[in-house]
Amino acid sequence: MIKISIQKKLKMADGMTSLAIDTEITPGEFIAIFGKSGAGKTTLLRIISGLMQPEKGIIEVNGEVWLNTERKINLPVQKRKIGFVFQDFALFPNMSVRRNIRYALKGNKDKGFTNRLLEMVEMTALADRKPGTLSGGQQQRVAMIRALATKPGLLLLDEPLSALDMEMRSHLRDELQALHKEFNLTTLLVTHDITDIYRLADHVISIDKGKIARSGKPDDLFSEAYMSSKLRLQGEVLQIRKSGVVFIVEILSGNAIIKVIAGKEEVAHLRTGSQVMVFSKAFNPVIRAM
Amino acid sequence: MAFDYQPLILSLELAFITTALLLIIGIPLSAVLAMRKFRGKAVLETLISLPLVLPPSVLGFYLLIAFSPGNAFGGFLQSFFNLRLVFSFPGLVVGSMIYSLPFMVHPLQAGLQSLPPSLKEASYTLGKTRLQTLFGVLLPNIKPALITGIVLSFAHTIGEFGVVLMIGGNIQGKTRVASIAVYDQVESLHYHQAHVYSLILLLLSFFILLLVYGINKRYLNPV
Repeated sequence: MIKISIQKKLKMADGMTSLAIDTEITPGEFIAIFGKSGAGKTTLLRIISGLMQPEKGIIEVNGEVWLNTERKINLPVQKRKIGFVFQDFALFPNMSVRRNIRYALKGNKDKGFTNRLLEMVEMTALADRKPGTLSGGQQQRVAMIRALATKPGLLLLDEPLSALDMEMRSHLRDELQALHKEFNLTTLLVTHDITDIYRLADHVISIDKGKIARSGKPDDLFSEAYMSSKLRLQGEVLQIRKSGVVFIVEILSGNAIIKVIAGKEEVAHLRTGSQVMVFSKAFNPVIRAM
Repeated sequence: MAFDYQPLILSLELAFITTALLLIIGIPLSAVLAMRKFRGKAVLETLISLPLVLPPSVLGFYLLIAFSPGNAFGGFLQSFFNLRLVFSFPGLVVGSMIYSLPFMVHPLQAGLQSLPPSLKEASYTLGKTRLQTLFGVLLPNIKPALITGIVLSFAHTIGEFGVVLMIGGNIQGKTRVASIAVYDQVESLHYHQAHVYSLILLLLSFFILLLVYGINKRYLNPV
């Protein structure tokens, strides 16, 4: 079991709040840490990794004490068996892809293992390139296998997919899941993307203002709040045009522009830039494979 | 009268030794300043920058007093290490190091601060110590800053005059560096000799700075 019970003061845009997390994680699970930005997700990940110290707390991983502020135990980040994937990937610009990975290997620079890692994410052909010449998705893959090169038990990912486009995200989710199984990892993924959670997570911890708001299986957690038989989209009004007796409202939702016909009364409350919700309940939406 | 190359050689020797020693103390010093917060950091930064604004004669004067065997510090060096820093080459090295310290520390500190903190943290999460991180990741990624620090310290040491004159004097073969030699020759109305020293120093300084700008440009706009 992985036991986490920590407290830390957080400085936020609207004053101070405190991060107070108390949870247990089953080894081998894929955990998503979900919440708005500023909720304390990244801070929690940094505390687990040892990059940040909480004022008070206990972290125990499979019986090993990583942190116990009362007993004054604080294992330095180097000694905690973790892999950390940063939001900006943090690849070393002076080293080639291969050297980035070999840097992480201890003592014996196992060539076979490096090659295997490169093969797993199809980066063998680019192994001698510098990170600066790679695309975002390629950098992301290198960051993942570099974090795994130390053979950690716990993999911590700080919104690693947020900088990528939709297609790349989808592809990398599959790779992430494959790596999770292959290496027998316990994985903690910080995200605010519900797709990540549905595709990857066994368990979700939802954090709001530094506290665990809810925790459970993705289905249980989002069934009321996010799932309904209705089709519901959030978006921003781009344009409102008059067309005869009705108005055409263009709404940006994700990367798609939706045109919705609206009456005069509905439009009265809308302006360009308004945040809106589009939903339909009278008919069944059509699903078509992409 | 034969031209005396000794002052030029002495200048280069002084600059080499000073730069090498400055690099050794500049790296840990700038790393501490760039990455740690501690009490008295502002005071330390001020002390390091002081030679930028202080007249060299003032710095030289205080060093002269401090190093003088008649005083506590100088007496201590003299009796315990048999080291006499006034009017000697080792004294010039110590004086030059203090005088050129900001030219080494500032570029390195700025270079280290410009790196994203995640590089350092990523290295720690891969199990590497602070020292391994500094030499394996951080310094290789601030090569332009390292080269700037080295070259500027070197050039600045070659160009110093006031501190050298105050604590070194003008002893041939020991403390008469090129900049002093120019002054010496002008005083004796040997304008030709002064011209030669001056021209060499001018060209040397010009090409050293050209090198710095060239390197930084190449790093900033890699092909």
